[in-house]
Amino acid sequence: MFRKFSREDIHSRSNVKSSVQRTLKTKLVSQFPKLEEVIDELVPKKSHVELIKCEDKIQLYAVDGEVCFFQKFDELIPTLKLVHKFPEAFPTVQVDRGAIKFVLSGANIMCPGLTSPGAQLPEAPGFEEDALVIVKAENKESALAIGRLLMSTEDIKSINKGHGVEMIHHLGDPLWNFSVE
Amino acid sequence: MSLRSVIYCGVCSFPPEFCEFTGKLKRCKVWLSENHPEKYQSLYGDTEVEDAAAKLAGSSIGEEREEKLEKDLLKLQSKQENREQRELAKKLSSKVIIKREARTKRKTMVAIAGLEVFEIDMKKLAKTFASKFATGCSVSKNIEKKEEIIIQGDVADEAETYIQKLLEEKGLKEVKVEQMDMKKKKKPTTTTTTPAA
Repeated sequence: MFRKFSREDIHSRSNVKSSVQRTLKTKLVSQFPKLEEVIDELVPKKSHVELIKCEDKIQLYAVDGEVCFFQKFDELIPTLKLVHKFPEAFPTVQVDRGAIKFVLSGANIMCPGLTSPGAQLPEAPGFEEDALVIVKAENKESALAIGRLLMSTEDIKSINKGHGVEMIHHLGDPLWNFSVE
Repeated sequence: MSLRSVIYCGVCSFPPEFCEFTGKLKRCKVWLSENHPEKYQSLYGDTEVEDAAAKLAGSSIGEEREEKLEKDLLKLQSKQENREQRELAKKLSSKVIIKREARTKRKTMVAIAGLEVFEIDMKKLAKTFASKFATGCSVSKNIEKKEEIIIQGDVADEAETYIQKLLEEKGLKEVKVEQMDMKKKKKPTTTTTTPAA
């Protein structure tokens, strides 16, 4: 999604009204219920939220100068900066050490990388297809990517072939290096 | 429960655990040991040999693949270093040219070219110049299709010192900043070389 992304792709920037900010927060909490406890820390009441509209209908939301989440169509997707602050709130999968290199260069994650001994998938029933997942790595604490499941986690376990997770945002991609100023 | 604060490497901007995958590991290590010694200890604390052995044993992807991975990472690192050196050499060999051009009568204009190599935001710099010298200042393309900053008014010396200071902040003190003086032609009305303002 952010293969190519630069300052030229920004169409407009505007400040978000506090009423819109409130609905945004409720939406975020409804998507990730665990965020409720910390939502006021993530987006403080007096914070300055900015909406940055970009190419391909991507919208970024920056809280106090740091891009915290973005959306394409309807779903809100957190950026890695936010995930690092509060990783517990999001559904997580783990890849093995051999896959890290490819993930960091932006590849989709293949099933074997998710099923090998170093990797981890949630217990059954797991997550559905199209669900948003945070990708962690073996022996590493922080998340390194955010993706969307191309098949349900149960299918990944049983089929074990082909693309498992579609890459949305990873460490070192243009969005990671993007700063609002 | 509260928010976690994460350290990000000052060199490669990743969380320090992932420094090894960026190819800048050497500089990352230096940075980490200077700024967050306790984190450095926990990540790279063991001596190198022990560490590598432990990694091999603890790895789940098999020794063979692990070794290959290590090799690839080393390759990446050397590649990255070479690239950085090349870039630095390019930066050091290029120079900034400040041209003073004469317009009508006593009016002059200053054109600054060659800044794009140094990752300086031309538009922002133009804006600061405009407010600093209280003149018109803009970014435009010159004859060679390169971007340059055009300042109205005779401020070449001030601009030079400012740019030198800017480069010094970036640690590029040796970069040459050259001033050129385009002499006013005797009949300014017939000049064709000056681009339209």
